[in-house]
Amino acid sequence: MAVVDPPRLVPARMRVRDIVRVGGVGLRTRPTRAFLSALGIAIGIAAMIAVVGISASSQAQLDRQLAALGTNLLTVTPGQTMFGEDAKLPPESEAMIGRIGPVTSVSAVGRVKGEKIYRTDKIPVVNTGGLATYAARVDLPATIGATVRNGTWLNGATARYPAVVLGATAAERLGIGRADPDRQILIGDVWFTVVGILDPVALAPELDSGALIGWEAAESYLGFDGYATVVFTRSDEDQVENVRNVLAATANPQAANEVDVSRPSDALSAKRAAGAAFTGLLLGLGGVALLVGGVGVANTMVISVLERRAEIGLRRSLGATRGQVRTQFLTESLLLSAMGGVGGVLLGAAVTIGYSTFQDWPFSVPFWSVSGGLGATLFIGGLAGLYPAIRASRLSPTEALTTP
Amino acid sequence: MIKLSEATKVYAGGVHALSGVSLTIESGELVAIVGPSGSGKSTMLNVLGTLDRPTSGTVSIDGYDIARLSDRELSALRASRIGFVFQQFHLAAGMSALDNVADGLLYGGVPLAERRRRAEVALQRVGLGHRTHHKPHELSGGERQRVAIARAVMGDPPLLLADEPTGNLDTASGAGVMALLRELHAAGTTIVIITHDRELADGLPRQVRMRDGRVVGDSAHTPVPLADTAVT
Ligand SMILES: Nc1ncnc2c1ncn2[C@@H]1O[C@H](COP(=O)(O)OP(=O)(O)OP(=O)(O)O)[C@@H](O)[C@H]1O
Ligand SMILES: [Mg+2]
Repeated sequence: MAVVDPPRLVPARMRVRDIVRVGGVGLRTRPTRAFLSALGIAIGIAAMIAVVGISASSQAQLDRQLAALGTNLLTVTPGQTMFGEDAKLPPESEAMIGRIGPVTSVSAVGRVKGEKIYRTDKIPVVNTGGLATYAARVDLPATIGATVRNGTWLNGATARYPAVVLGATAAERLGIGRADPDRQILIGDVWFTVVGILDPVALAPELDSGALIGWEAAESYLGFDGYATVVFTRSDEDQVENVRNVLAATANPQAANEVDVSRPSDALSAKRAAGAAFTGLLLGLGGVALLVGGVGVANTMVISVLERRAEIGLRRSLGATRGQVRTQFLTESLLLSAMGGVGGVLLGAAVTIGYSTFQDWPFSVPFWSVSGGLGATLFIGGLAGLYPAIRASRLSPTEALTTP
Repeated sequence: MIKLSEATKVYAGGVHALSGVSLTIESGELVAIVGPSGSGKSTMLNVLGTLDRPTSGTVSIDGYDIARLSDRELSALRASRIGFVFQQFHLAAGMSALDNVADGLLYGGVPLAERRRRAEVALQRVGLGHRTHHKPHELSGGERQRVAIARAVMGDPPLLLADEPTGNLDTASGAGVMALLRELHAAGTTIVIITHDRELADGLPRQVRMRDGRVVGDSAHTPVPLADTAVT
């Protein structure tokens, strides 16, 4: 045939604005259904964001606590001898530790054994078991970060006289709310005047149930043997590990193996790790909720395609290619889940704000969880829309048009 | 404009909806296709409109042999050359008449503002300039069909295919729609109308009669039924 071929036919590209408009048709015409299936996604995302947000906020709280307390406190305690007996720290160990270069401060307490604590000399009305008496160095609060809630701490003078500062728990057990020159308690058979009460000590919680008296007073009134049972030391932050390595040998050069060294802030850090494991579990549950939401979107899309066959036929007659029909339904699915995703992020953030405000924690929703959540949403939306979109695009135009 | 030769369409189950149809429609014609129910009129219109491919035979539209075109190319052909009007209107519920009409060039690569402008003109052309912001459910049947026609012609396609455009309308609205189609024809559009209405068909310049998937009468030229039967 001598016919000149007509120009090649090329479908026009749709503008992004038109793609979004057309993809939103189904959502605009059936808002309730769109809302409900977006809600499914939103609940999943909200659960995940809230889990991550609350755990991040609680960690931020721990971090804040750790920053305030410092992670450079090390404690030295006597362990056991080779024969299984309780070891003792040599009397010069405090001074030796103080001579380690990066060590900035040293203090100590010594447990005074066998002396019971009573509020009165009459019948012991309160159970004071579990309370312990400690001889404390005057510089103790500065080293361990203890603060006085009421009254004063021991000084050079009161440390030599029968004066006592109570830990927070001990004060509560003894029913003593305030320090008072007239308020005395009985330790062993000596009356001690309560001069101060401490706030809880985060890095040395054993002192909370202690009655702290001066070193000299302990020796002169209660027959204290003068051996420190815990030596506290602060070092330069970046040298803590080095100090830790030499601490045992410095404290007891003859028997370094009879010395235990620990870092109290490690206990707080361990709380972090435990929290992380639990968060992982909850996050998994949130993920399941998100998947269920995705199945909801897929279901909505399948129904949408079934109901809108005539519309699909019409669009094909107007010149839509299969790809454009596919894009339309994929866009609808993505819009649907994106709506759910954004709603879920806001909801999850709101829950986190509410909970951390209630707990008096700093508020934190990590950026990775928000972007990850939205990413997961779009992935789920794409997956949920893929099959319905392909089905829509495979419809023959004539069959689609003849459905009533 | 349109050239069908020996086109057949066999549906699954062995229904011969078209059995060897040859038909030529020149540019600028106004043709009525008539015939009893089930005679293959809609099937033929779908083939003319490239919504369906014939089982055998050749179809050429505006110089394109549709057997040689991919699905994408056929879509582009429909977007640029063919307007459809259906008995059921197929308007999008919840969208204004203007936006329904504006969708006529959605797949033609025309920006929204320009589509709306042209939709406005098209609605004025079909006498609905005062109804642009009405939704389909706020329009009468005749008005809906005129919106559908406006959508079909807003891109000025050279070919307009209408499958029983007056089938759902009363006589008066039907006459209005027909008058509109005649106007479009007068302005140069090639129009093929399927109708059951004998009287309506007789008023058009050319009638093609179908029966059992064959063309049994064509006012433009005399068919040769004997030759047709001899081929089988
Ligand atoms: N998708 C299909 N699958 C199987 N058979 C079909 C299909 N579509 C149409 N047919 C059959 O093909 C024949 C022609 O159908 P068509 O719709 O073209 O008739 P028509 O002339 O348009 O009839 P009407 O005037 O009732 O609309 C009929 O027998 C019909 O049953
Ligand atoms: Mg029909």
